[in-house]
Parts: sequence; C-alpha cells; structure tokens
Amino acid sequence: MDVIWQAVLAALSMLLTLDERLMEVILLSLEVSLTALLIASLIGLPIAACLALTRFPGRKTILVLFNAMMGLPPVVVGLVVYLLLSRSGPFGVFNLLFTPTAMIIAQVVLVTPIIVSLSRESLETMRHEYHDTLRSMGAAPAQAISILVWDGRFTLATAHLAGFGRAVAEVGAVMIVGGNIDHMTRVMTTAIALEASKGDLVVALGLGIVLVALSLAVNVLVYGLRSMGEARAAS
Amino acid sequence: MIAASPLPFHLKGAGVSRGGKQVLKDITASFEANPPKTVIIGPNGAGKSLLLQLCHGLFPADSGVIEWSSNRDFRAPSKAQAMVFQRPVLFRRSVITNVILALKIAGFSKAEWRDRAAGVLRRTGLSRYAATPARSLSFGEQQRLALARALAVEPKLLFLDEPTASLDPAAAHLVECLIEEAAAGGVKIIMTSHDLNQTRRLADETIFMHRGRIKERAPADRFFASPENDLAQAFINGELLWWRRRSIFSGVDGDGASCEGMDEEV
Ligand SMILES: Nc1ncnc2c1ncn2[C@@H]1O[C@H](COP(=O)(O)OP(=O)(O)O)[C@@H](O)[C@H]1O
Ligand SMILES: [Mg+2]
Repeated sequence: MDVIWQAVLAALSMLLTLDERLMEVILLSLEVSLTALLIASLIGLPIAACLALTRFPGRKTILVLFNAMMGLPPVVVGLVVYLLLSRSGPFGVFNLLFTPTAMIIAQVVLVTPIIVSLSRESLETMRHEYHDTLRSMGAAPAQAISILVWDGRFTLATAHLAGFGRAVAEVGAVMIVGGNIDHMTRVMTTAIALEASKGDLVVALGLGIVLVALSLAVNVLVYGLRSMGEARAAS
Repeated sequence: MIAASPLPFHLKGAGVSRGGKQVLKDITASFEANPPKTVIIGPNGAGKSLLLQLCHGLFPADSGVIEWSSNRDFRAPSKAQAMVFQRPVLFRRSVITNVILALKIAGFSKAEWRDRAAGVLRRTGLSRYAATPARSLSFGEQQRLALARALAVEPKLLFLDEPTASLDPAAAHLVECLIEEAAAGGVKIIMTSHDLNQTRRLADETIFMHRGRIKERAPADRFFASPENDLAQAFINGELLWWRRRSIFSGVDGDGASCEGMDEEV
C-alpha cells in the first residue's frame, strides 16, 4: 500500500512540476486526438446532415452500419489501418506507419461513426420539430440546415465530446499503428501500458490521473452543455 | 418586399389521405380577400388543421387540385402568406432573433431586420422580452411571439390554427385584438377556432366542417342565426355531435358516447 501512495505522490509532483517527459506525451495525445476529432467532424457532420435531412433507398442500412461501427474494437481498427499502411499495403508508398499521422487516421476511423450517429440523431430530432415551421416560412435547404445546426449546437457538441473521449482513451489502435515509439508516437494510453508492464508506477499513475481528469472534464462539459440546451429548450 | 398575392385561390374537389384514411374529402371552395376573416369550426378531428395546412401549401392534395390566382409555382408556401400552427414551434433563440430569422428567410434585406422586428414586438407587446430566450416565455407570450413572427413578414394571407387554444381569457383577448388589427390592416385571415364565442366575435364568414367535409359556409351572422346544416345546428347548440355516436355505441357500451376522440365513420 505504501508503495502505491508514494507513487501517487510522486506522480502528482511530476504533474505539478510539468515534468518534461510527461508533458511531451500528454501534448502528443491531445494533438493526435484533437486532430482526429476535427477531421472526423469535417467528414461526419455532412454525412449526419445528409442522413438526417434526406430520404433515399439504403439510408436505413447506412444508419445501422454507422451505429454498429460506434462499437468497433480499437485493436481491430488498428490492425486494418496497419495492413492498409504497411509496406505491402495499398498505401504503403506514403510511409505513414508508426507516425502520428497513422494514429490520427486510426482514430478518425474510430470517431467518425460516433459523430455521424449522435449528430444524425440530434439533427433528426430537430428536423422533426422544425420541419413544418421552416417549410411554412419558405426556408431554403441551406438556411434550414444552418438553423438546425445552430439550434442543435449543444447536442452536437456533446457528440463531439463523446468522440474525443473515445479517441483519447483508446489504446489498441494507436499502439498497433503508432508503435509506441519514445518521443515519436508515445501517447498517454500507450505510455501507461508500457510503464505499467515495466513496473514504473509513477509515470503510469501520473498519466492515468491526467486521463481520468480529462474524462471527468469531458463529462462535466457534457452535463453542462446538456443543461444549457435544456434551459434553452424549456417551454 | 413585393410578393404576388396568393389570393384568390380555389380548391376543386381536393382530398387528402392520412394513414390510409381519407381525412379531407372533396373540398371545393374559393377564398378571396373579402370577407377579411374566415373562421373554420367543427368538432375535433374534422380536418380543420389539415385544411389550413393544405391551403397554406405545406403538402399537395392527394386528389383534386388547388388553383392560385397568380401563375407562380405554389407547390411550397409562398412568402406572401404565413401560418401560426396549433402548437407553434419557436426557435431556441431570443425573442427578437425568432422574428429576425423569419424576416431573413422571407428575404428582407439585412438593414431592415432590426427595425421591423422591434416594430412588430412593440405591436405585440413583447418589446421588453426582446433579449429573452423565446422558450422561457409564458404560454400566452409564446403564442403572441408566434403571431408576431408571422406578421413580421407582412403577409397578405395569414393562417391561424386555434390561435387561442389553452390561453387564459386575458391572453386570448390580446391575441384576438392582434387578429382584428391585422385584418383591419388588410391581411386576409383564415383561422380555426374551438371557441364558438370567439367565432361569433371574430368571424365575418364561418365554415363548418365535419369528418373531412365542408358542411356549411355562410356569413357569420346568418350562420349563427340559423345554420342550414343539421350537424352545424347541433354543433352550435353545444351538442358536439355526440348524438350521432351515441347511436353507434349505445348497444355496446352505455357510456361510449362520452369518448371525445372516437371518431368512427357513420
Ligand atoms: N399524420 C396523420 N396520420 C394519420 N391521421 C392523421 C394525420 N394527421 C391528421 N390525421 C387525422 O386526420 C383527421 C383530421 O385531423 P385535423 O385536421 O388535425 O383535425 P382538427 O384540426 O379538425 O381537429 C383526424 O382524424 C386525424 O386523426
Ligand atoms: Mg386542429
């Protein structure tokens, strides 16, 4: 028990002194996951809008597919991206394997289905509520979409936080395609896995605390956004 | 904004089906700028809301046709008309932004938005709530905002679906005043009402609907003095058309007649 307490204290002091080794890993984590989130949002939001606002044959199938993809095991996604990026794979010429770019690609695959599914649901609810009113006013499709997106901004933001939460906490995909190379592709989750297996509890715990704090912050934000959205919607 | 007038328009044998049932049947009627206020009444489920929405252009008729005077494409609602729904949906924005969005969508120039929105809020007594989130207003204020939003675009034709349903008398009175004011300003009003006293007060012309059909249409004073249709007569005498249903249900369940929504075809 003593050992653990000492490790916790050491970890906290590393955090408070902004230990260089720790900061490098944390910053890379944030960089990779936030970039993945941004790209997933740019891909996912238009798809979500399309699925929410139009009707076409095969739409239901696509909805189910994206919903199912929300639960993709990160290791499997990592494996597939690994195969695609490996020297003998179709994208091998780009030499991306074991770079932060490869990790971003893998996380985009993990996050996009979350953005699509949750945003689609939010936009569809909004559309259902606003449809007759917007049509009565004579809103053009672009106007209608911008109003739906803005009025649904709290739930859309929640979808993005959920996506970020999944990206920053997953270990399987970044481990496989990034390789956990020191100073290169080592992020919080892979560092924890490595340090724990080496028996270096201090670094592992320090990073663990940061991860938990991040996920807590994300959840507090989600809660805050939701109650802000509800206050706005209250009638 | 110069928008082609949507008046007059003509329904010719128009019918609408919902859920495999014909809910509007063979509606033939013309609407012109005069008389200024037409009020549609009838029991729940008669098709009043659907008729308003059909005339507004929210959806096409499943049978028959609607002809508008001008030759423009009226498949979608035009900007010369506006509608306040039975349950208005306000945007999740401030009161004034709700009005501004309506102006923006209707194509008013940006320079006009603020002044026009402020003007219509003043007319509807909502100025002091301009910056308040629309959905935190009271029921009556929300209804007035919905009306303000519709009036802001200066429609020539205004559809109002039970604009005072579930308002207290004071709030209802305010809404009625606004309706009178709009009509006096040259806006053609086509509205539904569940309230016969209100209909007596407001209507220049009354349309009585029953089970998807227009049963009677007459100047309001004539209608209330002596409706020609026996169903209309029963309706304004407060019998609410239960007697018809009583004859269906009496054999099965002695109390069946008190079930409002049960609207079986006779
Ligand atoms: N989307 C729908 N699906 C099925 N039935 C509908 C739908 N909309 C309206 N109806 C039916 O059409 C009839 C007329 O509805 P409505 O115009 O709302 O009546 P009113 O406004 O006179 O009370 C009702 O019997 C209602 O149940
Ligand atoms: Mg109705």
